[in-house]
Amino acid sequence: MKKQRFWPILMIVLGAIYFLLPLYATFEFSLRERRGEYSFDSYANVLADSQFRDSFIYSVVLALATIVVSLLLIVPTAFWVHLKLPQLRPVMEFITLLPFVIPPIVLVFGLIRIYSRPPFVLVSSPALLVAGYVVLSFPYMYRSVDTGLRAIDVRSLTEAGQSLGAGWLTILFRVIFPNLRISLLNGAFLTFAIVLGEFTLATMLNWPAFGPYLALIGQNRAYEPAALAILSFGLTWICIGLIQLFSRGSREQTQLAGTR
Amino acid sequence: MSFLELENIRKSFGTSIAVELFNLQAEQGEFVSFLGSSGCGKTTTLRMIAGFEQPTAGEIKVGGQNITHQPPNKRQIGMVFQSYALFPNMTVGDNIGFGLKVAGKKAVEIKGRVDEMLRLVDLPAMGKRYPHQLSGGQQQRVALARAIAIEPRLLLLDEPLSALDAKIRVSLRNELRAIQRRLGITTIYVTHDQEEAMSLSDRIVVMSKGRIEQIGTPFEIYNYPATEFVASFVGTLNMLSAQVVNAAKGELILAGKTIFVPAPLNQPDGAKVTVALRPENLELGQGPEATHNTLSAKIVDVSFLGAVVRARLKLLDKTFAMDIFNSRNLALPEVGAETLVSFPKESALILAGTDA
Repeated sequence: MKKQRFWPILMIVLGAIYFLLPLYATFEFSLRERRGEYSFDSYANVLADSQFRDSFIYSVVLALATIVVSLLLIVPTAFWVHLKLPQLRPVMEFITLLPFVIPPIVLVFGLIRIYSRPPFVLVSSPALLVAGYVVLSFPYMYRSVDTGLRAIDVRSLTEAGQSLGAGWLTILFRVIFPNLRISLLNGAFLTFAIVLGEFTLATMLNWPAFGPYLALIGQNRAYEPAALAILSFGLTWICIGLIQLFSRGSREQTQLAGTR
Repeated sequence: MSFLELENIRKSFGTSIAVELFNLQAEQGEFVSFLGSSGCGKTTTLRMIAGFEQPTAGEIKVGGQNITHQPPNKRQIGMVFQSYALFPNMTVGDNIGFGLKVAGKKAVEIKGRVDEMLRLVDLPAMGKRYPHQLSGGQQQRVALARAIAIEPRLLLLDEPLSALDAKIRVSLRNELRAIQRRLGITTIYVTHDQEEAMSLSDRIVVMSKGRIEQIGTPFEIYNYPATEFVASFVGTLNMLSAQVVNAAKGELILAGKTIFVPAPLNQPDGAKVTVALRPENLELGQGPEATHNTLSAKIVDVSFLGAVVRARLKLLDKTFAMDIFNSRNLALPEVGAETLVSFPKESALILAGTDA
């Protein structure tokens, strides 16, 4: 009946307009570099800028370092809590939600204060920035890993590994990590997206990352920021698309288990 | 000295006692089942042998060596889980070879052993498949192969067949027993299915509420149950109320009729007791006075089950079952008919009385 489908379709259209209109406006604006005609000049300017390339690569490297550290920290912790200390779960959830609650500016000032004097003078090392990013990635990483751990029967798999003579490291790296592949990829892509766009920590700690570059361009140019915004959007969509691509492969890998 | 010894094992979780006074000696190559309903402590005890739980008190010894506090990955014990617990990220072959790889064996040796195991569990072509591509029964066979591949001193199975359908369960359990016999591995098998326990085991440990009710061969458990729980848990058991007339002579009165059972009874005169009878001990017709007791009852139902004909009879207000072996010349009892049934005097089990 046409009448019954009217309202849902109207809702979809209104929602789409709400999200897509600003996007379209930004895109349209980014095409206006050349007077009088549409062109991709602003994009060409951005991509030709050596600062764009440098800061982008710098942030990518930071993101990869963050992902590795975060994985090595979160996965064994989540695994241990899941297996041996389930009563600590609420504590872990609280801690990993703190980055949502505490603004990054508070985090970075705290870091500067603590690590700008002996015994740990780390303010001049990019390791501090990575550490800050690891903290920011907590919610996403922990949630992904926790969900993944719940989906596989961690206890039985661990005990099976133990009964066959494996120690904790072997179990973690040969059994747990491989079966959490999808969750880890999820967390990794989210972390990647966050680090790439992150501004506060990079600026306050004075590192040439992509976030500060975006802000700088925004202050000085008119059309390039719009182009950059569209490019960032595209990058995020690619990340999400890759997550979808990889998780499709995993549907066949769910464990078939007996009752219990 | 037995191969596996559990001495005074006790396990409590906080204030609740899961297992206590558990004592068992199992010989090399023996197949022992832990039988009981959910929550009786059988799985907890198995997990203590495996090392996944620590006993609160008591000792576990394997081959004379005290392993009570040894970590599970050092015990050389193979375990098969109810949920199979196959590693989803590895092929069947890698699953089976996992224990050997961890032990640092050479690749050639591992391949040889994996092929041997695949042949043993009758899955020779499945080495490259992944667990999710196999059926439940096949997965369980892979789990078994994986546990045996490391040549364990002890094999532990935790209700391995309960997730499978009935037909596969029966064929797989026979295969399991055949393999176990061939390899001579001491095996502990946890189950709540008494038919499974009886058909597989050399000995059964019947458990209830954390304690051992009886340890014995299937024959002993079934025919000479030590406690009321064992008697009613294993097999079908008819329970008829009676009263002791003369304990010294073994005289009871049941539904107004005097019957005799082996004397002396350890219940006092006048006590209310339950006379428990297995369906196969009952026969149609009047039995010889010297050896049998005879009762009169009404047939309320007859079921032809193939090899066995099961008749249900009513005595006063209590129904009980009688099993007759099938034969082509058998005259099936008529429903509604009043008939005599008899049972050998020593086949009656006298249990403490319960309200009828």
